[in-house]
Amino acid sequence: MLRHNGVMHTQAPSRPHAAAPQPAHRAPLLAALAAALPADALLTQPEQLGPYECDGLSMYRQPPLAVALPYAAAQVQAVLRICHAHNTPVVPRGAGTGLAGGALPSADAVLLSLARLKRIARIDALARVAVVEPGVRNAAISEAAAGYGLYYAPDPSSQIACSIGGNVAENSGGVHCLKYGLTVHNVLGVRGFLADGTPVSIGGEAPDDSGLDLLALMMGSEGLLAVVTEVTVRLLPRPRHAQVVMAAFATVEDAGDAVAGIIGEGIIPAGLEMMDALATRAVEDFVHAGYPLDAGAILLAESDGTLEEVADEIARIEAVCRRHGAVSLATSQSEAERLKLWAGRKAAFPAVGRITPDYYCMDGTIPKKRLSAVLRRIAELSEQHGLACANVFHAGDGNLHPLIFFDANQPGDVERAEAFGLDILRACVEAGGVITGEHGVGVEKLDAMCVQFAAPELSTFHAVKAAFDPAGLLNPGKAVPTLHRCAEMGGMHVHGGKLLHPDLPRF
Amino acid sequence: MTHYEPEGRTPDPEEARLVDEVRAAGTEGRVLHIRGGSSKDGLGGTPRGSGLSTLGLKGIVDYDPAELVVTVRAGTPLADLQAELAAHGQMLPFEPPAWPDATVGGTVASGLSGPRRAFSGSVRDALLGVRLIDGRGQLLQFGGQVMKNVAGFDLFRLQAGAWGRLGVLLEVSFRVLPRPQSELTRVLQMDADQAIAHMNQLAGTPVPLSAAAWFGGLLHLRLSGSAAGVQAALSGVGGEPLDPLSAERLWADCAAQPPGFAETAAAAESVPLWRLAVPAATRSLAAEGEEAIDWCGGLRWLRTHAPAEAVRALATSLGGHATAWQNNLARPAMHPLDPVRQALHRRLFDTLDPDGVFDSGRFDADAAAVVAPAGA
Repeated sequence: MLRHNGVMHTQAPSRPHAAAPQPAHRAPLLAALAAALPADALLTQPEQLGPYECDGLSMYRQPPLAVALPYAAAQVQAVLRICHAHNTPVVPRGAGTGLAGGALPSADAVLLSLARLKRIARIDALARVAVVEPGVRNAAISEAAAGYGLYYAPDPSSQIACSIGGNVAENSGGVHCLKYGLTVHNVLGVRGFLADGTPVSIGGEAPDDSGLDLLALMMGSEGLLAVVTEVTVRLLPRPRHAQVVMAAFATVEDAGDAVAGIIGEGIIPAGLEMMDALATRAVEDFVHAGYPLDAGAILLAESDGTLEEVADEIARIEAVCRRHGAVSLATSQSEAERLKLWAGRKAAFPAVGRITPDYYCMDGTIPKKRLSAVLRRIAELSEQHGLACANVFHAGDGNLHPLIFFDANQPGDVERAEAFGLDILRACVEAGGVITGEHGVGVEKLDAMCVQFAAPELSTFHAVKAAFDPAGLLNPGKAVPTLHRCAEMGGMHVHGGKLLHPDLPRF
Repeated sequence: MTHYEPEGRTPDPEEARLVDEVRAAGTEGRVLHIRGGSSKDGLGGTPRGSGLSTLGLKGIVDYDPAELVVTVRAGTPLADLQAELAAHGQMLPFEPPAWPDATVGGTVASGLSGPRRAFSGSVRDALLGVRLIDGRGQLLQFGGQVMKNVAGFDLFRLQAGAWGRLGVLLEVSFRVLPRPQSELTRVLQMDADQAIAHMNQLAGTPVPLSAAAWFGGLLHLRLSGSAAGVQAALSGVGGEPLDPLSAERLWADCAAQPPGFAETAAAAESVPLWRLAVPAATRSLAAEGEEAIDWCGGLRWLRTHAPAEAVRALATSLGGHATAWQNNLARPAMHPLDPVRQALHRRLFDTLDPDGVFDSGRFDADAAAVVAPAGA
């Protein structure tokens, strides 16, 4: 399984705004927080801070100055007001499953956990909306709506643990986002507080807010603009039926052509996933999902909807796959078979974890038509860096997760893996893609941001941040690199992701 | 399969000209109002400042149907883009109003979506990236040509409905969708409150609804999808079929303004028209004026002599907002913002457009400073 102790990056993210507070500062701050919060809602002892020193990107660890665990929005506001008055940074945190270090504390910051705001305030079945607090788990929304035949569509792989507040911060996707969209397409409104505690309400059940679309700005803003204490989400009718086609191809190129063929046929599959030969073999050895071991790539294409819609789409998907040279084809005939075919894909990360001491998970998005070229480039880079790489791919939306194999106990392996990862993200940008499709920037991809954006764009991001948070106290140093950092960076330097929660499905 | 190679990033002379114009206006303290095909001149306040035309920016830059992405220059006629997409069996998901001379840039800047909006998303939902000139005359690029992209703030989506207040759009990328294999429209006779309940109940079941609108005592429902799926869903929907040609015209008209609604208004020319966005299941507003409903209940057209303050108060009380539309001189045309969001707007404008180059007054939801124009 994964080992984490081999890679320890102690380098703190650059943060221009606040120096570590003097002890004289700390006492009045903690006294004010203690006065505003119930006794069990403020953690200050070193042994209490341990669980909050990192999120899902465990290679970065830093205990915060204190942890606030409010029970209600008014307490969130109080924490923000007090921290603002004491010029103290605040790092918001959801369930801590993020993979890019977006919830990594700094030594001078109060970590603000929203985990205890977990009330589902309201479900309106007729209007198809749910109003929930940010600590509600993604999957819990769908569970609560199930009785009405409704569900919340975005399904990030960590959905049994990740919270809706974290989803808002990261603009999370999921296997079904090709058809049903990202968080930004499924959240109707948020309420919360600006960095100084000012209440703010953005969007709502009425479509297309008046004025600028600040709601779009909030989605994926990684806790830099506001702290959300209420989220209104759109619910969809749960599809009655779903089936999946597993098609094996001799080459990645054939599989890629089949993906283009399916889209060209006018079909938007509910899910469309690809794995290369190495990933397929690792998975099959692990979960025995029935994937052919001699395939160059396998494709999973799911259709959902009414019986009639699914029957029609599945027949067309099968025909396209055959036309593009599928060497074998299997279509689920029952819910058990469907889940078995998916089990392999969903176990891809742990399966890879069984055959390599460590791995780096990258997260680039490319135009689908460049897949073959980018995978060829990754194969070349694999030779060049002397490290193997398995590829899993959200084929429908172009989101590639190369998993670089390495052994942290081998001298030089970490650096080679990082260099390899850096080259992969550069290849994604060169192919017309982007440096992160769904994991976010956090602290992990600050350097890669320098590759994707030029100084004027980065300055604009900083200006937007300053418009919401003039004092620069909300999750400072995350998501957007300083111009100074980009200027100093000799070349792009990217740290790969390591998983803290190996028990959660990741795909 | 058509494929347009992206143009090289050598400086484009037309873009260079626009950059020069914006910089000069900033230096000289002049205001510019950005114009495409001028098809939406009647909406919102009359802009001040001199016009800056985007009509020199024409053409599809990149379109590969298998990517479900199209990149197009801002001055391109919307009709040209839609024709090209249709030729490849695809469409814009948000069914924008297709006024003659409408451009792609104006379509994004106005943020106006049609009947499909309630089911396949709005303009901003389909937007993947933009290139623009900001108030400092900088060429900026946000987003990209891929659907999944979480690098940086979504400043590209912020352009939808910004009415050019943040910059001159040069090029935009949309996610597109396949045109449905089959579309059928059914018409049911019922009153507004029955229609609101019926359309919302139906939308909570797995029926392939793609539009639900009520006006003139009739509920119009459109089903889109595979032929088999649409046929199978018909029995649960009921109503009388509308022939395909009439249906196509009806939904195209709805994207701008419900057609039957305009005709039945005896005093259409003199009664102010409002466009209200409200929670979908909100009761009928028939008591407050003549009402038409779209977006599965989320959009209400209201023709009423009620004072502007009363209409605004009604919209606010319902958790929504009201925009002054036809024959309606209420200013600002857009629903005023609460003080917190107003302050955020002000700070965003000050930082992204410090000289107020794009402060033409067209985008007026933020400002008390806007002078009520003589007419719209």
